[in-house]
Amino acid sequence: MIFDYETLRIIWWAFLGVLIIGFAILGGYDLGVGVLLPFLGKNDEERRVIINSIGSTWEGNQVWFVMAGGALFAAWPTVYAVSFSSFYFALLLALFAMFLRPLGFDYRSKLAVPAWRENWDRALFVGAFVPALVLGIAFGNLLKGIPFHFEDNMRIVYFGSFMGLLNPFALLAGLISLSMFIMHGAVYLQIKTIGNINERAKKCVIIFTIATLVLFGLAGVWIITLDGYHISSEIFPNAASNPIAKFVKREPGLWLDNYGHLPGLWAVPASAFIGGGLTLLLSRFDKPGSAFIFSCITIASIILTAACSMFPFLIPSSISFNSSLTVWDSSSSIKTLNVMFWVTVIFLPLIMIYTSWVFRVFRGKVTVEHIRKNNHTLY
Amino acid sequence: MISDAVVELSRWQFAVTSLYHFLFVPLTIGLSVLLAIMESTYVLTGREIYKDMTLFWGKLFGINFALGVTTGLTMEFQFGMNWSYFSHYVGDVFGAPLAIEGLMAFFMESTFVGLFFFGWDKLTKGQHLTITWLVALGSNLSALWILVANGWMQNPVGAEFNYETMRMEVTSFAALIFNPAAQVKFVHTVAAGYTTASAFVLGISAYYMLKGRDAAFSQRSYTIAAGFGLASVLAVIVLGDESGYTDGEVQKAKLAAIEAEWHTEEAPAAFTVIGLPDQEAMKTHYAVKIPWVLGLIGTRSIDTPVIGLTEILANNRVHIHNGIKAYGLLQQLREGNREETVITEFESLKKDLGYGLLLKRYTENVVDATDEQIELAIKNSIPQVAPLFWTFRVMVVSGFIMLIVFVIAVVASSIRKSRNDWILKLSLYTMPLPWIACETGWFVAEFGRQPWSIAEVLPTFLSASSLSEWDIILSLSGYVFFYTIFLVIEMFLMLKYIKLGPSSLHRRRYHFEMDQRG
Repeated sequence: MIFDYETLRIIWWAFLGVLIIGFAILGGYDLGVGVLLPFLGKNDEERRVIINSIGSTWEGNQVWFVMAGGALFAAWPTVYAVSFSSFYFALLLALFAMFLRPLGFDYRSKLAVPAWRENWDRALFVGAFVPALVLGIAFGNLLKGIPFHFEDNMRIVYFGSFMGLLNPFALLAGLISLSMFIMHGAVYLQIKTIGNINERAKKCVIIFTIATLVLFGLAGVWIITLDGYHISSEIFPNAASNPIAKFVKREPGLWLDNYGHLPGLWAVPASAFIGGGLTLLLSRFDKPGSAFIFSCITIASIILTAACSMFPFLIPSSISFNSSLTVWDSSSSIKTLNVMFWVTVIFLPLIMIYTSWVFRVFRGKVTVEHIRKNNHTLY
Repeated sequence: MISDAVVELSRWQFAVTSLYHFLFVPLTIGLSVLLAIMESTYVLTGREIYKDMTLFWGKLFGINFALGVTTGLTMEFQFGMNWSYFSHYVGDVFGAPLAIEGLMAFFMESTFVGLFFFGWDKLTKGQHLTITWLVALGSNLSALWILVANGWMQNPVGAEFNYETMRMEVTSFAALIFNPAAQVKFVHTVAAGYTTASAFVLGISAYYMLKGRDAAFSQRSYTIAAGFGLASVLAVIVLGDESGYTDGEVQKAKLAAIEAEWHTEEAPAAFTVIGLPDQEAMKTHYAVKIPWVLGLIGTRSIDTPVIGLTEILANNRVHIHNGIKAYGLLQQLREGNREETVITEFESLKKDLGYGLLLKRYTENVVDATDEQIELAIKNSIPQVAPLFWTFRVMVVSGFIMLIVFVIAVVASSIRKSRNDWILKLSLYTMPLPWIACETGWFVAEFGRQPWSIAEVLPTFLSASSLSEWDIILSLSGYVFFYTIFLVIEMFLMLKYIKLGPSSLHRRRYHFEMDQRG
């Protein structure tokens, strides 16, 4: 065993970040494209262009989402248990909406009946819009803390309600995730399409990049007064995972604590703004490929900004502060973290390699002519 | 305290969503392999008809695959959403194979499935064939890791309870992976998947032959399905996962319940073919028995007894009394008592802690459980016999009918001229059997594990999330609503494409396009 428990916990915090950011970047543009579908595609052929721009790769991209959930289960089981059971109806809503995606992609063009296709187009929109919004709302609530506590024997009890999740700060976070995915999807469509759709996508890049940065800035101002959490007792980073053995305090502004201690962290939110600015600029000058790199950086920076604020917290409890889940007390055992570390180190690069190869195979523009030529085989 | 209704509803929801998911999974597992076989034939012989077969059965594969993916997402969410105590209590062990499944299998399957559908013009023949095999490998590996996780629920080896974290933790990954319960389950399940896909292709091909359409296409499909199906159904039967029932008390209880073996018989035990099991009286009315057979199947020997339910109950009585002691000691440990004697005694009794937790259903405070509560816990420490007894027989009968069908199909397809209508009709009308067998088989495996979610470790009752009844009524209604609509749509599309047949490929050489060929 090379690493100690503390290091493994930090590595797994990072891995979780990689998977969430991986999903936000890869699954994110699929969601953005799905939201844009009814607005950018004015007729059936144009909509098929948009659908097929992601049709052959979206399935693999969505696995990043599944994988983030799986990694949470394996490496942070208590975090998985608390978040999934507490966000019960929010996740159910996202899940029901996501049901529509595999079916929408696969079934839509299997019949040439207009009403059939229009309904699946709506389904694909809902299947993208709802998760893009709800996942952001869920993350917003993580920053606020959620009302759960542990009974005897570590049974989790949640005292909140679905409506409680829809608080103003969380809704702002939902809008951030929605607009950043749309920005990202629009840049992607600018790469993959020509003509009308390309022009319309370009306009969307401007609108949603600005919206993302403004909303993100707003959240940054809000966080100054928002209640943050802090471990006030001694930390034992190598101790067994017991999330009820510490003291936690809650005060406004504590989420900026880490930035105070490590001023270098300010580079993270700054890179969100710089990345957004460059996305805007490069898209404007028809360099969507480069713009895409910067929209990836923007998204990664936005997520990392929240992660750096919260570290070492994963889920603060708003009613029983001391039950909050942190990196130091809610991970799997050292043995599981270690084995799963090696599995990840072997397979994640492999996944990245073959995914890149698949993207290479499907590179190039999707056009109306392409759709007509492959009328019976494409989505 | 958690209510019986919440647990029942959570169980219903899990059963509904996983039985539904399992309508699509076996077909995906098996059809992916059949597609790879068809495409290999295409690449080796260079004959276009095998490419058409890959494309057409691939279309049906796609329609099925979409719902498999859709409903699979539910499964991953559901552990955390509805079984949060389970997730906390065993996530350290159970989560790992699920995560490995994602990294090793699901990623591969999902990334390459797009290339399977849309990569034909972009790849060389060899590259595309490799992709198809990788999709098949991905879906089969996926089954492996899911069944490693499930096998651990049946026979939880390689893990230990840790009182500091109040959960199970891994002690040996090798034991977890090479768990015999998981290994036999894997072989049994994928072979069942191959059988399902073979019956699917066989039945639909028979339909075309009955209609006298696309003879070359359907006969070839029929032959491949018949051969592959026969091998698979033999594997399902011969390597049936009965041999996995020898490990652990709960697996033994499951075997005894399936056979309605109320009392340990002298080896080799007789097999009860049919009868009416009566749990109260602990006997089977009107039992028809065949001597020796159960002993042979259950233990693969003639001198090892198959343990009966009465003996299992007697053992459980001891386990439960030890479990109560273990629970009392655990409470002291959780309150911070770290005396050497408490720790040592707890460590020696903790393997029965789960049995102590069984009492949680009847009393909050396990240590002062009354005699009636203890009796109730003992009585309910084995599964209900009748449902297991019957579903197992449905599964086995379905399996043997399929064996007969595949034998006849292989014989018929090797004698080319014998295009016999009754054989084709038999192939068509027995098509639902593998699904019936898969669903009842799933039921036997999971219902037979009750009252445990993790055998001898965690009772199902404790595993559920602390939700309200209405929470689950709402979510369950949502699932039923969406899943019903999806099933209707899926069946509609599936039937439409089945009726169209290879004509749906627009290759201008199949039945419905003959007129347009000009």
